[in-house]
Amino acid sequence: MPELQLILLIIAMVLILLPTAAMLVWFERRLLGFWQERYGPNRVGPFGILQSLADLIKILFKHDWIPPFADKPVFVLAPMIGALAVLMSFTVVPMSPGIVISDSNIGLLFFLAMTSMAVYSVILAGWSSNNKYAALGGMRAAAQTISYEVYMGVSLLGVVMLSGSFRLSDIVLAQQDMWFVIPQFIGFVIFIIAGIAESHRLPFDLPEAETELTAGFHTEYSGIKFALFFLGEYLGVMLISMMVTTLFLGGWLGPWLPPIVWFLLKTFLLICFFVLLRAALPRPRFDQLLEFGWKWLLPIALLNLIATAAIKLWGGA
Amino acid sequence: MTDVVQPSPPILDELQSALGSVSLFQEQTLDEIPTAWVSAEDLPVVADALRFTLSEPFDFLFDLTAIDETTRQHVTVPQRQDFTLVYLLRSYSRDQDLRIKIALAKDAKTVPSISDIWPNANWYEREVWDLFGIKFAGHPCLRRIMMPTTWKGHPLCKTHPARATEMGEYSLPDDIRDLEQEALKFNPAEWGLAPKGRPDEFMWLNLGPNHPSVHGVFRIMLQLDGEEIVEAVPDIGYHHRGAEKMAERQSWHSYIPYTDRIDYLGGVMNNLPYVMAIEKMAGIEVSDRVKVIRVMMSEVFRILSHLLFYGTFAQDIGALSPIFYMFVDREKLFGIVEAITGARMHPSWFRIGGLASDLPKGWDKMFLDWLDEMPARMLDYDKMVMQNSILKKRTIGVGAYDTKTAIEWGVTGPGLRATGFDWDLRKKRPYSGYENFEFEVPLGTNGDCYDRCAVRVEEIRQSMRIIRQCVENMPEGPYKADHVLTTPPVKDQTMQDIDTLIPHFLGVSWGPVIPAGEMMMEVEATKGSNAYYLISDASTMSYRTRIRTPSFPHLQMIPVMARGQMIADLIATIGSIDFVMADVDR
Repeated sequence: MPELQLILLIIAMVLILLPTAAMLVWFERRLLGFWQERYGPNRVGPFGILQSLADLIKILFKHDWIPPFADKPVFVLAPMIGALAVLMSFTVVPMSPGIVISDSNIGLLFFLAMTSMAVYSVILAGWSSNNKYAALGGMRAAAQTISYEVYMGVSLLGVVMLSGSFRLSDIVLAQQDMWFVIPQFIGFVIFIIAGIAESHRLPFDLPEAETELTAGFHTEYSGIKFALFFLGEYLGVMLISMMVTTLFLGGWLGPWLPPIVWFLLKTFLLICFFVLLRAALPRPRFDQLLEFGWKWLLPIALLNLIATAAIKLWGGA
Repeated sequence: MTDVVQPSPPILDELQSALGSVSLFQEQTLDEIPTAWVSAEDLPVVADALRFTLSEPFDFLFDLTAIDETTRQHVTVPQRQDFTLVYLLRSYSRDQDLRIKIALAKDAKTVPSISDIWPNANWYEREVWDLFGIKFAGHPCLRRIMMPTTWKGHPLCKTHPARATEMGEYSLPDDIRDLEQEALKFNPAEWGLAPKGRPDEFMWLNLGPNHPSVHGVFRIMLQLDGEEIVEAVPDIGYHHRGAEKMAERQSWHSYIPYTDRIDYLGGVMNNLPYVMAIEKMAGIEVSDRVKVIRVMMSEVFRILSHLLFYGTFAQDIGALSPIFYMFVDREKLFGIVEAITGARMHPSWFRIGGLASDLPKGWDKMFLDWLDEMPARMLDYDKMVMQNSILKKRTIGVGAYDTKTAIEWGVTGPGLRATGFDWDLRKKRPYSGYENFEFEVPLGTNGDCYDRCAVRVEEIRQSMRIIRQCVENMPEGPYKADHVLTTPPVKDQTMQDIDTLIPHFLGVSWGPVIPAGEMMMEVEATKGSNAYYLISDASTMSYRTRIRTPSFPHLQMIPVMARGQMIADLIATIGSIDFVMADVDR
């Protein structure tokens, strides 16, 4: 029965994705430690691999506190929206031929819509906390997302033009001769930048900017609700890495090894790159970030789009 | 301190001729800083003349403090009354200090404020009001600064208890707790502010006292228009431990560990001005070896402090990694410090008349190894931090001030040199043998956050140069002076010689009795000018210990830099000041 298969696949995905995101926390901390001449968590289990499990147990037993001054329903809803929106996006990612929950013909649009949804989580969290730092964080998130959504979409249009489809598996198959990272290099770079901005990671972690806004939008969150934000962030990193793999690095395509291994390997290297960025770069100022987006990235993305269209018109006759 | 008539210093003659009929009474102090007593009414005229009339004016108010004279025995100046206000002024163009004193009676503790003449007098006057109860007429906002607003009494008065056991049992019932909490609420009117604009046009953000980027317990109230800062109101005192009051209960010797904890990143460098002041009062001469070791260890701590600054500054801008690399360097250096002194951050290793111990075997090898590997790492940091384009964008032109503003607000140290003003105490008034070392004084040009960091980075290199010179030219000699007041005394002769045994016994059981007098000693500390102004009443304890720290005026200046900035700029600016709250609040 295809329905049963689908349900099993969904359950399997959730059961794999959530622990992987938790593992990613440990992995990032170890990797950061390696790059920063220190150990990182190495006590719980072999190489500290069970650190996230210990953290999870601790966080589950924390007092699930809602500040009395907060807007309660929204405050509770916000972290769920974030984690859910990101999880939903995974449904359209083709990990290898056949391993995809919904190979929709608007997969790419669905992904863009879901990432936009995720922003509500941050904005609502900032707003409902009724805390000034959280409000500033939410404000920053709103401004940052509005600017970065725009050219995230524009940067992907080149890929859509070349492959002629919004279906992600079609896009992968269109890369059999050449990965899109070569003809769409500009789009690739811009999409990565926008992806970091979307997942609110350093250097684009302005909505939470610890040194400025203490913890930004999630200042008032603790316990399991905080864990959901945390989970959402790491799921986001995985998602963006998978999307970059799918859209620009040929997805599951590759010689000798099974497709799924290729897919995971590429995703893994991209995740390492994300961690490296965090270890290496300082944080720009809020207005500088927006300026960079509107004055540089958007025009470049548009030019890239026009150039791609022109080449497609002449070459693809 | 005697009434022997000495030729009066030329500056006082010049001042007298500028003032005309106002009477100045000269006092001869042990530290040879020209000192004049004036009456409280004459203060505005004298201050105005010093600041504006004289050809090379006294543009820098170095320190402002007070002394409770009510229990003092050894003073022969007839002007003295119950309280003495002390203003220490400096003219950079003359390279000259000047001390102005004002005598006040117990029942008339009011003087005119000079905060309109030297803007940095504002906080100093608040501090004197808080700790001594001396009022400053015309002060814009005379409220407590160190103690909570609910505090009763003025702690540095001799009548105020020095120990908790003298104060009765402490309890905090609910109603008092509510009052205390209420007192922490911020009301702009109480700070003498009349905010511009309607209340719904801006927001007050309470940055601190617990905020990741204020480096300790420090609070700034920000009036924000969006993310832009309209007004900033720094509030200090959360880290106040009464270090100056404690000095009045500790023997000269046993106070040394307290000095370590004033600028808690400065380690033994804090001991230096304190022990040098006592040595000068007691007439102790230390050997060249002691001087060189002191210089060497002070420079080690300058590097330790600057490295921490460097890392946290980068971290405040959002770069996570540099701090970890720099902690590795600091760790290695702390290993050397530990090998030499037996402790790491707060060795309390300098002694009155010398050092706690001689250098251990093999100390030079450790330094040379460290000095050999460090330059390469410094180059890495240059690439990682100073040449990073995001960091440059965040710091160049941010939080800038010019030399004039810096001097007006009492900025010293790297923050002053970043404006391009060449003033390093180690060069201008060498102490502990700094004149024998080759090093340069790094200068900035714009006085912005970037320059303040760049100056410190270069200072690390210069300190490494000095340490290498120390290692290569360490003189032989005793590590303690052969003087009866050296603490702890040299023990070699005690069992043979009664004249050594008696002072040894007294020095160890009571502590040394330092001759009466007053003495100010200043060093170029990690963060700027750190000075100890000691008053001895010929006793085993200090009569008054004034600690002039660099961070205090630096924080006072924050509003000048903050207005018009974004929050993120303010964080970079605060990071670039390099302060520790223990150094501010003492």
